[in-house]
Amino acid sequence: MLEVNGLTKSYGKLMAVSGVSFRADYGETIGLLGPNGAGKTTTVSIIAGLVSADSGEVLIEGKQVKSDTDPVKLKIGLVPQDMALYDQLTARDNLIFFAALYSLAGAKAKQAIDDALTLVGLLDRAGDKVGTFSGGMKRRLNLAAALLHDPQMLLLDEPTVGVDPQSRNAIFENLETLKKRGKTLIYTTHYMEEAERLCDRIVIIDHGKVIANDTLQGLHKLLPVTNVMAIELDQADGFKVEQMLVLPEVKSAALEQGTLRVGVHDLSRGAPGVLRWLAENGHSYHHVSSEQPNLETVFLTLTGRSLRDSK
Amino acid sequence: MIPFLALVRKDLRLFFNDRKAVVVGLVVPILLASFFGYLFGGQGGNAETSKVPVLVIDQDGSDTSRSLIAQLTDDKNLEVKPSTLDAARVDVRKGKATAAIVIPKDFGKDAGHALFTGAAKPELGVLYDPSHNVELGMVKGILTGAVMQAVSKEMFTGRSGREIVDESITRVENDARLPADDRKALRDLLGSVKAWNQEQGRESASGQTELSGGLTVPFQTREEAITSGQDVKYNGYAHSFGGMAVQFILFMGLDVGIALLMLRQSGLWQRLRAAPLSRTMLLGSRTVSASLVAGFILLVLFSFARVVFGVRILGSFAGFVGVCAAFSLMTAAFGLMVAALGETVEATRGYSIMATLVMVMLGGAWVPTFVFPAWLKRLTVVVPTRWAMDGLDGMTWRGLGFSSAIAPIAVLMFFTLLFGVIAVMRFRWGTD
Repeated sequence: MLEVNGLTKSYGKLMAVSGVSFRADYGETIGLLGPNGAGKTTTVSIIAGLVSADSGEVLIEGKQVKSDTDPVKLKIGLVPQDMALYDQLTARDNLIFFAALYSLAGAKAKQAIDDALTLVGLLDRAGDKVGTFSGGMKRRLNLAAALLHDPQMLLLDEPTVGVDPQSRNAIFENLETLKKRGKTLIYTTHYMEEAERLCDRIVIIDHGKVIANDTLQGLHKLLPVTNVMAIELDQADGFKVEQMLVLPEVKSAALEQGTLRVGVHDLSRGAPGVLRWLAENGHSYHHVSSEQPNLETVFLTLTGRSLRDSK
Repeated sequence: MIPFLALVRKDLRLFFNDRKAVVVGLVVPILLASFFGYLFGGQGGNAETSKVPVLVIDQDGSDTSRSLIAQLTDDKNLEVKPSTLDAARVDVRKGKATAAIVIPKDFGKDAGHALFTGAAKPELGVLYDPSHNVELGMVKGILTGAVMQAVSKEMFTGRSGREIVDESITRVENDARLPADDRKALRDLLGSVKAWNQEQGRESASGQTELSGGLTVPFQTREEAITSGQDVKYNGYAHSFGGMAVQFILFMGLDVGIALLMLRQSGLWQRLRAAPLSRTMLLGSRTVSASLVAGFILLVLFSFARVVFGVRILGSFAGFVGVCAAFSLMTAAFGLMVAALGETVEATRGYSIMATLVMVMLGGAWVPTFVFPAWLKRLTVVVPTRWAMDGLDGMTWRGLGFSSAIAPIAVLMFFTLLFGVIAVMRFRWGTD
């Protein structure tokens, strides 16, 4: 369905995207995961034809978007990160307008609008002005507006930014429905839980480059550890994590906000050694727990930085 | 066609949805145009103008000075009040009076001597407010006529006139330097004046005739306003409504540009760009919707002017429509150029408001261009609003034919093309 090959884009001296490549099959959901400023939105913008790449190519069903009016664009539905709705118009009027952009009118448009509103659960609010909607409702309508021309592929640029957990869950359910209908979803996010829940494959991007591209299971295999010990230190100031790496059972170590996360292969064999080392070196702690590695851990392992706090 | 119509319809709906903005956008220009129209002549071009406040300080107290003050008081353009020299200085400085005329002691006598014998002319003091130069010219003109009438009347028919003529005859007889021929001629002239004066005095006493009114300006003017036809009066509201329409439509165009600039930074722009729409369609639909809104504003303003102030399109209706359409398109192109050249909304708003105000000012939308100095009038030919105003004036109160609309339409279309090309060339299509 989608092939992205060696995309590069720079803005002056800033290299926004550098050699990004991945592919998405029909019905597949691809998560573009990375911190803010990683290059996810630029990548999506290039795929949607909003920004031209300096080099590389985007193929949709084997074809490049060659002009503004290229019919290939009909295959794409874009859900921008910023709300793309007219507050002064009703939900239905918004959708009538967006449907018309794809030459949909009359009964065909009405059907498409009703279907989209039904999917996102806003049919009963169709006659209300968008300005009266909550943030979560606007996000759902923002999604509906991209579905009217029944695109095969949806580009979702952080579609849950700024919404409450309930609305986020509703959007996930909408997306899972679309996934079941065989749509290809390209989903950018910096929330690992979203990527873990929804995506078949995850492309991790950092500083404009793809640093991993695999299924969730595949990404876990990249990890040198299968268990993480989370140790809340009494006094984290001056603690040097690299000193821990000399221990044979320790595969990774990171300190964040007073919590020391230590990766070990075998918890039963590694934990006593780690705790003994801390005691011998005068580092007291007040809580110890174990965690399963997740995408946060993967990102941490691959970049040495936290996903949420990376710049 | 469906997307194009949808884009235009959406712009119009967004414009008309904001009803408060629409009402304010129409009411404000109507109020301003009504005010300016009244100032610049109103209906029939004879709106009452305020009188020029003038103070008179009579230090002479003669029949001549009293007659002069009466002449000035009778003038419909002046509001004359007596004053003292000190009070007049204060009032002129404070702007309460435009001028103060000081009639010095012995003015009547000295002016009479100067009239007959060429003796030294007495001085009339005129204290004036330097910010009212135009009115000062008018006051001096009225004063000249009034002095001639008052002095000559007194000399030919008044008591002091008889005394001065007698004095003048004595002076002529005793002036040894005067050649004999000149002395004889002057003696004859003054003798005739004396005889006339005595005759007037007798007739006046017996009630047989009125006194002469003195020397007056030997002509009067017959004014005819050249408008679209005979008996068609100038309507100042035609110009003011045209001017305010031009101004507010330009501001509307500016708003279109700013809105497009803001749109480019929003998700809506991404959605529009993601749809299979050409750039021509995106900018073209904006041009059409902005032009339609401009046409709507013109329609409402001139309809109001027609119903309330009797403004009529006395020239070519087709020419009027052509000028309106060309100006509307030019405004839309101006808005697109603003959006294309603008970097940030804040900065763009600042410099484009300045550019708009300059265009409005130089175009003669506030005050007619005839008050401009010659060099500035020549300069304004490069300002599109000047052509819009010329076209609207020509097709409304001047009552000119379609041929007179061709040049304004052509120039406005040239600017439409120029602004449009700049907009297309400089428009940044990528998302920011």
